[in-house]
Amino acid sequence: MTDKKIEVKGLTLVFGKNRERGIKLLEQGKTIQEIREETGIAIGVNNVSFDVEEGEMFVIVGLSGSGKSSLIRCMNLLNIPTRGELLIDGENIVNYDKEQLKELRRNKVAMVFQHFGLLSHRTVLKNVEYGLEVQGVDETQRKKKSLETIELVGLAGWEDYFPRQLSGGMKQRVGLARALTNEPEILLMDEPFSALDPLIRRDMQKELLSIEDYMDKTIVFITHDMNEAFRLGDRVALLKDGELVQLGKPKEFFENPANDYVKSFIEDVDKSRILRVKSIMEKPTIVGTKGQNRLELVEQLVELQIEHCYVINEEQVLIGYVELEKLKNSQQETIDKSIDRNYEAINRNAYLSDIWTKLSESDIEVAITDKRNRLKGVINYEAVVEALS
Amino acid sequence: MFEFPDFLRFEISEPIDKVVQWMLLNWDAAFEAIRRIILVMFNGVESFLSIIPWWLYIIGLFIIGWKLYNVKAGIILSMMLTAIGLFGLWDLMIYTLVIVIISVIVSILIGLPTGILMAKSELAKKIIMPILDGMQTMPSFVYLLPAIMFFSFGRVPAIIATTTYAIAPLIKLTYLGISTVNKEVIEAGKSFGSTSMQMLFKIEIPQSLSSIMTGVNQTTMMAMAMVVISSMIGAEGIGEQVLISIRRLEVGKGFQAGLAIVFLAIILDRILQGSAKKLKERA
Repeated sequence: MTDKKIEVKGLTLVFGKNRERGIKLLEQGKTIQEIREETGIAIGVNNVSFDVEEGEMFVIVGLSGSGKSSLIRCMNLLNIPTRGELLIDGENIVNYDKEQLKELRRNKVAMVFQHFGLLSHRTVLKNVEYGLEVQGVDETQRKKKSLETIELVGLAGWEDYFPRQLSGGMKQRVGLARALTNEPEILLMDEPFSALDPLIRRDMQKELLSIEDYMDKTIVFITHDMNEAFRLGDRVALLKDGELVQLGKPKEFFENPANDYVKSFIEDVDKSRILRVKSIMEKPTIVGTKGQNRLELVEQLVELQIEHCYVINEEQVLIGYVELEKLKNSQQETIDKSIDRNYEAINRNAYLSDIWTKLSESDIEVAITDKRNRLKGVINYEAVVEALS
Repeated sequence: MFEFPDFLRFEISEPIDKVVQWMLLNWDAAFEAIRRIILVMFNGVESFLSIIPWWLYIIGLFIIGWKLYNVKAGIILSMMLTAIGLFGLWDLMIYTLVIVIISVIVSILIGLPTGILMAKSELAKKIIMPILDGMQTMPSFVYLLPAIMFFSFGRVPAIIATTTYAIAPLIKLTYLGISTVNKEVIEAGKSFGSTSMQMLFKIEIPQSLSSIMTGVNQTTMMAMAMVVISSMIGAEGIGEQVLISIRRLEVGKGFQAGLAIVFLAIILDRILQGSAKKLKERA
């Protein structure tokens, strides 16, 4: 689960012709503003490093001009980094030749744009088909696949309309469907909801989270809205003037703001409405698997001094929990008969403000699952209190 | 004291004449090839336009006007066409139309790639743009001279002169269209791994189609204007009627022919503008 999907190492991006000079000035310790004022050289990203884990929703947040859009465009080489490495699945894509880059863009990485970037001369269906069309997929197959994603984003019945006939929210659904049709492993989203009005934005955020559960994609999400960042992100990176200011789970920003800039950024945020369960949940210390040897699990539990643990099947789906006492008294070879299926689980995208009662009623750690009921983590009362205080 | 000194003289007319002479001698085969190609095109388009009966033109124009605008436009346009026939200028109009159509086709064949090249290459733009500006300010009569020199009298030099005069706006508007396609749309195309050919044919050209159509329209209008002047070097058609009327001082005939040209220009302009508008509505 914690494989590194994208690794950014010392990435610097200088625009224009005098790139080498820009790098040199940076090395002399000048700030981006000084360089811009003195020489006119624009620097988008300055020596940024971070990893994005597989399956994670990674949000990059910053004000306009902070370099976030420049940075995300390095991940499919719409911008070519001047210095540093950018690894996807361990391969440095900066050195890719034309053919490798084409393959990367066709199969691994897809992008959603702030102003949608739709082709106005094509219908919704033809827009969604575009990625498959350039790959030379035959027409019936690409139509079938496209209709599936159009349905997934809730646009069924709109296939033959032109983008100009759709509202902003619907246009962005087309943008999303177009990206998903390629079945990318990584989804790059450049301020996808910034051009939408607040109500629609909320809807789209919700929808994105539910789509995420069904798709298991690594998502890099750009926004200038701190609320959006904390609502969506598993982890958040705050950029300022092309540099990384702070990186961590949303709750870490509240616990440990790196400096005054971060403090001012998060000042007006209502934590309980923003923080999601997933940002403070923890990995369970131990998980049982269906069909596991009973004595083996007993031994592990005793060693860890834990009274109970959750049990999942081979597809990671939560099926119940077992108690140490019961296990000890059982005569079975496996743990299957001892599983108590009477558990309560919380969706990982729930807000802390919504789970309060469930949590205070439960005397064991509560399981956190996604929409497909796969166990993602556990949470207890103390953790929530601590996060909100 | 106030006059430009006589001894400071450097005329470029003589070297130009020399170059033309040299080209005439050495590039004979090339000119002959161009001549043949244009003649083949001419005959093809002419025989196609001639097999269509006159009433089909009028009905067809009515339908086009109706579809692009409304019934009223359809009626007015087809009435204009009928008027040309009533003036007794139908055959000459077809002839004029052939010259204009071929000039526009050649303009598209040359102008479209040139405009795309300018959008893709800064160097090409820097070289070609001033040439186009020059071409647009050059008096139209000047184009007749090289056409006569290389292709003597008749329909071929007329088409060459008309094309040279009319091509500039098409190139410029193609360039403008391609280079102003929305940046995010371009990025989206790239981000899905399009090749540069796919970018061009699936995104850039379709996205700039309405600008290109405006270019085609302007080129057609300029060709219409030039076709009258080209009659001086042997282009037959309605333009020739105007020329003859001037020589014979026949005011009525001249006005009638002039009016026919205006009608034809309006018809072509409305058809092209209407289709450009339809394309724009999509964008």
